[in-house]
Amino acid sequence: MSFLSCLISGISLGSIYAIIALGYTMVYGIAKMLNFAHGDIIMVGAFAAYTIVSTLGMPPILGVIVAVAVCTLLGVTVERIAYKPLRGASSLAVLITAIGVSYLLQNLALLIFSANPQKFQSVVNLPALKLAGGELSVSAVTIITVVTCLVVMFCLTSFINKTKKGQAMLAVSEDRGAATLMGINVNGTIALTFAIGSALAAIAGVLYCSAYDTLTPYIGSMPGIKAFTAAVFGGIGSIPGAFIGGIILGIIEQLAKKYISSQLADAIVFAVLIIVLLVRPSGILGKKTNEKV
Amino acid sequence: MNSVKRKKLIDNLFTYGLVVFCWIAVQALSATGHMTNQINGLLVPICMYVILAVSLNLTVGISGELSLGHAGFMCVGAFSGSFFTKLMAEAIPSLQARFIIALVIGALTAAFFGVIIGIPVLRLRGDYLAIVTLAFGEIIKNVMNVIYVGVDNGMLRIAMEKKANLNLSENGRVIIEGAMGITKTPKASTFTIGIVLVLITLFIVQNLINSRTGRAIMAIRDNRIAAESVGLNITKYKLLAFSVSASLAGMAGVLYSHNLASLAAEKFDYNMSILILVYVVLGGIGNIRGSIISAIVLTLLPELLRGMNNYRMLIYAIVLIIMMIANSAPSAIAARERLLEKFQRKNTKEAA
Amino acid sequence: MKKLIGLSMAAVLAASLTACGGSNTAETTAATTDAAVAQEENEDGTGESAEEAPSGETFKIGMIGPLTGDAATYGLGVRNAVELAIKEVNEAGGMNGYQVEYKPEDDEHDPEKAINAYNALKDWNMQILIGAVTSKPCIAVSAESAADNLFQITPSGSAVECIAEPNVFRVCFSDPDQGKASAQYIAENKLATKIGVIYDSSTEYSTGILESFRPEAEAQGLEIVAEEAFTANNATDFSVQIDNCKEAGAELLFMPFYYTEASTVLKQCADKEFAPIFFGVDGMDGILSVKNFDTSLAEGVMLLTPFSADEAGSQAFVEAYKAAYSDTPNQFAADAYDAVYAVKAAIEQGNITPDMSVSDICEAMKVAMTEITIDGLTGSQMTWTEAGEPNKEPKAAKIENGAYVMQ
Repeated sequence: MSFLSCLISGISLGSIYAIIALGYTMVYGIAKMLNFAHGDIIMVGAFAAYTIVSTLGMPPILGVIVAVAVCTLLGVTVERIAYKPLRGASSLAVLITAIGVSYLLQNLALLIFSANPQKFQSVVNLPALKLAGGELSVSAVTIITVVTCLVVMFCLTSFINKTKKGQAMLAVSEDRGAATLMGINVNGTIALTFAIGSALAAIAGVLYCSAYDTLTPYIGSMPGIKAFTAAVFGGIGSIPGAFIGGIILGIIEQLAKKYISSQLADAIVFAVLIIVLLVRPSGILGKKTNEKV
Repeated sequence: MNSVKRKKLIDNLFTYGLVVFCWIAVQALSATGHMTNQINGLLVPICMYVILAVSLNLTVGISGELSLGHAGFMCVGAFSGSFFTKLMAEAIPSLQARFIIALVIGALTAAFFGVIIGIPVLRLRGDYLAIVTLAFGEIIKNVMNVIYVGVDNGMLRIAMEKKANLNLSENGRVIIEGAMGITKTPKASTFTIGIVLVLITLFIVQNLINSRTGRAIMAIRDNRIAAESVGLNITKYKLLAFSVSASLAGMAGVLYSHNLASLAAEKFDYNMSILILVYVVLGGIGNIRGSIISAIVLTLLPELLRGMNNYRMLIYAIVLIIMMIANSAPSAIAARERLLEKFQRKNTKEAA
Repeated sequence: MKKLIGLSMAAVLAASLTACGGSNTAETTAATTDAAVAQEENEDGTGESAEEAPSGETFKIGMIGPLTGDAATYGLGVRNAVELAIKEVNEAGGMNGYQVEYKPEDDEHDPEKAINAYNALKDWNMQILIGAVTSKPCIAVSAESAADNLFQITPSGSAVECIAEPNVFRVCFSDPDQGKASAQYIAENKLATKIGVIYDSSTEYSTGILESFRPEAEAQGLEIVAEEAFTANNATDFSVQIDNCKEAGAELLFMPFYYTEASTVLKQCADKEFAPIFFGVDGMDGILSVKNFDTSLAEGVMLLTPFSADEAGSQAFVEAYKAAYSDTPNQFAADAYDAVYAVKAAIEQGNITPDMSVSDICEAMKVAMTEITIDGLTGSQMTWTEAGEPNKEPKAAKIENGAYVMQ
């Protein structure tokens, strides 16, 4: 029973990583950049929802909507101001700019909301699900996170495969030059990707803070890096890969804490990641690219 | 061919000259009493960051591998160097001698880690390599956080998780103390030693770049398959660049740990690695002199902004973004070129 | 060519920046009028004579702590409380009749930045240092301040090594003292015999307390049934640690870490219906003031703390703090407030004046600190040993009806 309980907490943690990793991997797939500011957009989303729900006392659903709106706007603005001028520059230059954006968002939040931790009241107020005569309990946040994650993944996959905009995204990610020649508005497509990625970050932020309730200007950096790990784990650029990578990462983390050493859990997670990448150099679901001269 | 070589030599000498000039300038300033404590305290860290930036440039710029675990090597070097200095406190009374041996030990330990991490890691490419180096850096940090090393009766004892596991006898002492790390390493780092280390680093890196080996490394970076097809041993050259870079980072770590009375693993997280990467990218990938300048500027910047109080890190972030865009954006580069062209035309006109 | 332009741009930037720095120093040299005093401070000969000389009219007190970064909540508490206390002191006539100037500097909870902050304060001619707030930066700074023989009092640097230097004193308890006192309190009051521990293995604060808790608990006949760690990298999900403590049959959960994580642990314990006696240390203090925290979760939590925002004696301070910073002060703030009054008492005891050299002030303060007794927020009748350790009794508090009740 304790194994099952551990597994469930792993899935719960993993599904949060997964939903963050989805946004990460999407932006990577299309814009070919590691958006290190993604974690901080999560933080902005959480603060937006917090302001609406806790400070202004509005219903939680409005909080989620405002968070999504704020983050979408923020994502597009950041892309327009900081990343777009660097299109065509080396990917490392964009990476460093993203780090600059990350510092900027953290310090803005520090000035506005202060460094004191604040408690995020969960947007989910449902009782936990009890299984096996009350021995196993699955919190409502967990269930909603997993469901949201699956829904988001389903919507994203069908959006990309079934709509024109989605196909344009695929085309841009495959070959930006060719896509331009085919008359696809590359800049528009990339902006759309940032909009969607940031909206996902907002949802992730609300769910993350609902599950782990503490809110500070720095909460974004740790899940950001974990999500990056999860995305690479699953094969960066692949949407189902991000989901699987996130879940597996969460489960490994919890099992390592339980059965090996709670002190070395971080090291174990990263060690497993290294081993997996050595066996499958492009992640679990990553595409193998053949090099040509 | 000869003129190319000569040009390179002059270029390299110019870089050394720049460093020596900095040293002379600082000496002159402090001799005439124009040095503030603040700048004085920053001299050793600046040397350290210059070494780190130049050494990471070897991996990122010359060898073309994005490494996010540079801080891990620094951590290994810092801990091994400090450990030696503390351990040998009685055996070798001269602090200077201990420090110099510690520098060698730190560099060697980091090089060793560079090799054992490099062998598996360098098979990967691009962002996968980045995440694996990041993972190694985090593993090193995590393990250093829970390791305890003590010494009693001439015996070294190593334990994980808690001090009690060391089973030290009465006269034993703990040197590495888990999350507390190593405290009270004697202060041995000076600006002059720092400058000497910077010169050594430059000497190693620039000679490597301009050697046959360096050309092979850059050939692999530019086109791996082509390089392989002409018979270059990919693994050997990549590993060479990676471990040299690691050992220099280890040396910088020793410089760091002998400058502060408190050394803990938490400092060496991915943020530190990213900070060094920022220096490299801002200075220009593959541009050694650029790395030096950007390391100096970005170390001084947040300190000189101290007067801004709460807005300090905010301004730092904005300046970083603007500098990145101004330096790397294609449109900014084009604008700069146009401006220069106009300028040149004007000059030629005047000359005519 | 491109590179050359890029370089020259960077060089221009560098030059303009250093020029900024340079012009600053030029100003300060221009301001140097009383060179004799400045020279006396520069006995180590590192060429720092470009300092603004102290006017001799006011005391200059510096503060170092994390004002940004994820430890900022501790540093900001200290900064605000020191500011508040100094304002009060100045309004009441200053220290020993002299007004006090005050300057905080940020260290981002990083020993390296702490040294930079220290040097910046030295350029400002700091005479007394309150800080650093967190242990590792404090150790790093203490090595420098000892070399300069500058009096330093840390409100909250709790690691043993923080006050190893003769010129450093502290206001808070040391980590080993807290661990020991906690074990003794639990045993003496027969709270439980089976103890579960959750701790932060990535901080020296948490591991330091636990290192001394373990042997004392054993000596007192307590049994540690589970010892579970977390790190700064995974301080969000504690379900595995909680499960392990629950399964091991822990009757009391010892939590030697800060309230930020503690509030999350308490919530997750409630979700898992695990209700042992929760026992915290001084880092737990402040949990009730976390915004929007459901205080019913903390009902019955016990903690050893020297300060409580709800105590009668601290009301005036809490009100003033709230009015000035619209925030409830935490224990860091209380320690810092006491630090200022300890400095004031020592200055008056030793009849110290601002025109004395830094080193003379330090020598006089070292003697005076052991002679004073103050009634502060964090303890009544506090005295200091020569080693810099405060003598005060840790008080146990229990949270009842959303308020701390002293036991």
